[in-house]
Amino acid sequence: MSGAGLFVDIAISALLVLGASFALIGSWGMVRLPTLMERLHGPTKATTLGLGGILVGSMLFFTFDQGGWTMHELLISLFLFITAPISANMIAKVHLHQLRCGSKDDVAGPAGDPPVPSETANWATYEAPHRDSVAATSET
Amino acid sequence: MIAYAVLFAFVCLSLALALNLWRLLKGPSVGDRIVALDTMVINAIGLIIVIGIATVNDIFYEAALLLAMVGFIGTVAYCKFLLRGDIVE
Repeated sequence: MSGAGLFVDIAISALLVLGASFALIGSWGMVRLPTLMERLHGPTKATTLGLGGILVGSMLFFTFDQGGWTMHELLISLFLFITAPISANMIAKVHLHQLRCGSKDDVAGPAGDPPVPSETANWATYEAPHRDSVAATSET
Repeated sequence: MIAYAVLFAFVCLSLALALNLWRLLKGPSVGDRIVALDTMVINAIGLIIVIGIATVNDIFYEAALLLAMVGFIGTVAYCKFLLRGDIVE
């Protein structure tokens, strides 16, 4: 095996091992941390980064070891890096909404509730449903 | 060397999927289950990519790309349903 081939092999292996480790660490954090707001950190950061490493490793593998020229792994990475914050934001909103609705399963984290933005505004979730209204939103 | 790295990645991602499944079953809140499903989709994408490397097959990327899109849309749909009681208003 030539020197350059060995170097590429080492790079691919390191990226695969690092990426898989980060994915495992993210999932472990989701199991271990106490409340939902903390549990969001693991999947949205560590797991996404780990998957980025795996995808770059696969791109190197198919480009240098197999002789093809493939870039479409970057498409998956780009898509994931765009969508991970959006899903995290939506899940945090669900958590705030469930807290406001008084769900027993949702517990506020050690940091407590997030601060209320100002006098008139509030977080972009909805109030607890009123008993009489059709759609209970915060448009009151 | 790549074979050993692929084996290690298989073990790590399978373990991660098992941990996600534990969180999915345990809960306790609905948000936890949504996070668990979202992470399961991400880990499944990684697993598919590693299978593609192990079998030296280019066809797995389309599956991974499709799973990435469908998983994101599923997560957003769950969240919208919990927030509004409706998905497409």
